[in-house]
Amino acid sequence: MRDHKRLQSIALNLRKDILTEVFSASSGHPGGSLSIVEILTSLYYDEMNIDPANPQMEDRDRFVLSKGHACPALYAVLAEKGYFPKEELKNFRQIDSILQGHPDMKKVPGVDMSTGSLGQGLSVACGIAMSSKMYSSPWNVYAIVGDGEVQEGIIWEAAMSAANYKLDNLAVFLDSNGLQIDGKVEDVMDIGHINDKFKSFGWNVIEIDGHDFDQIFAALDMFKETVGKPTMIIAKTVKGKGVSFMENLAKWHGSAPNEEQYNEAIKELEVEVDE
Amino acid sequence: MSKIATREAYGKALAEIGGSYDNIVVLDADLSGSTKTSVFAKEYPNRFFNMGIAEQNLIGAACGFAASGKVPFASTFAMFAAGRAFEIIRNSVCYPKLNVKICATHAGLTVGEDGGSHQCLEDISIMRTLPNMTVMVPADANDTKKIIEMAADYVGPMYVRLGRAAVPVVMPEDFECKIGGSYELREGNDVTIMACGIMVDKALEAADKLKEEGINARVLNMYSIKPIDEEAIIKAAKETGKIVTAEEHNVIGGLGAAVAEVVSENHPVPVKRVGTLDTFGESGKPDALLEKYKLTSDEIVKKVKELM
Repeated sequence: MRDHKRLQSIALNLRKDILTEVFSASSGHPGGSLSIVEILTSLYYDEMNIDPANPQMEDRDRFVLSKGHACPALYAVLAEKGYFPKEELKNFRQIDSILQGHPDMKKVPGVDMSTGSLGQGLSVACGIAMSSKMYSSPWNVYAIVGDGEVQEGIIWEAAMSAANYKLDNLAVFLDSNGLQIDGKVEDVMDIGHINDKFKSFGWNVIEIDGHDFDQIFAALDMFKETVGKPTMIIAKTVKGKGVSFMENLAKWHGSAPNEEQYNEAIKELEVEVDE
Repeated sequence: MSKIATREAYGKALAEIGGSYDNIVVLDADLSGSTKTSVFAKEYPNRFFNMGIAEQNLIGAACGFAASGKVPFASTFAMFAAGRAFEIIRNSVCYPKLNVKICATHAGLTVGEDGGSHQCLEDISIMRTLPNMTVMVPADANDTKKIIEMAADYVGPMYVRLGRAAVPVVMPEDFECKIGGSYELREGNDVTIMACGIMVDKALEAADKLKEEGINARVLNMYSIKPIDEEAIIKAAKETGKIVTAEEHNVIGGLGAAVAEVVSENHPVPVKRVGTLDTFGESGKPDALLEKYKLTSDEIVKKVKELM
């Protein structure tokens, strides 16, 4: 049995870390980092075969954060897992730090691919999955893409190739928080019935609440039972999840809280810990 | 003299090294018959991946293979590799310094009848501006074979520029081919002609013509554009005092520019550039296009004389 209380407490810690990173940097992307916390917690604390003491372990599962701007969440989980000291989180986005504004695989232990320019991560994840299949390697590839990100053309090139090469070792989470920098995804450039789009591209599509651990794990179990097609887990999420004044507001896509807001947010999260 | 296109030599070289390097994989974007990766595909079907007409994903997938420890060779026309997939090459190949070899064929005017939309005259320039990128331009079949063998051993991003049209074999079968190297094909101390790709043969022709007039031209095959053989360039500047460059590429940002940069910073002497003059190409027979756009031995001779 999975210890949901423990996972929830890890998620709360990650949220606090994310806010500390973005506050320390006075810049960064809190909204879309807070929306993927439960997904990352599930992957790094339950699903993936990884070893923080050996980040390059050959048979590890791979993870690609295609929406690289949400790296505060990735850095937080990597630090909590012990890939690098947690103190480094305070140097996020600052000169000489390993924690660049977007993930750099050359600098950060545990980052499998440098990302940030949207759409490219999914394409690379497909290549990693192709490589794994070709050599019958035992590892899976996990990725997270944003819902705004699927407006990029390369996403659809990659989606087509993933089905063509029957990448059933590839599980992608679509962080469906409904917002991008300029506003609602449906207002900026409507991605329409995204589930149907991926289905028609030949993917195994699963819809879940992206903050519900049971649903995340159920989806991952279905992924592992699926043969012959890649899996897209459409995760309905809340941008800015966990910080009341950030939730569902596009303005928190790419702006940092001031000191007062930061303290308020941390206080809010600590109340949740106590509960 | 036998004539072979560098893309033909590329396909053959890939298939040859495929046997000794089992970590090489080859990706193409629906042009394998033209880029000649089909030769490899026939020998090693399990290590060949057709990505369809989708060059961004071609490069992205190649990055995935490289990130998994394989040595991917990705091929399509230069226009779509260096052009369409530029930003993927910048951010997913060069930024993380992944071991991806981009072997782009059909570069330059000699694409011929397909016309200006397909004649890439900018790729040397845009590839050499990328940090971590190595840029190689083989002159003939022997050069290509050596460069592809070297590419398989070298760890890091590399762009290899290949051509469609058959070109004479000008290089010896065996020579010391190295990153940052060049090859002296003709000795001379009156002027140096530095050329790459199909223009190496034209440079030799020009040297023959100049010889008849008593001008001894040194001819260097600058197959490594980045890093470039600074030592050979500075030596040529010092010993011959004049340099003419020749490339099937825009004079902006290409070989001529790279040579001029080294010369002006180290030993300033006059440099004249033969190349396309900031213009697009058009449809036509390759030879007719080379005449029209002045990528000829006569044009090289003319530039040399302007310096004498």
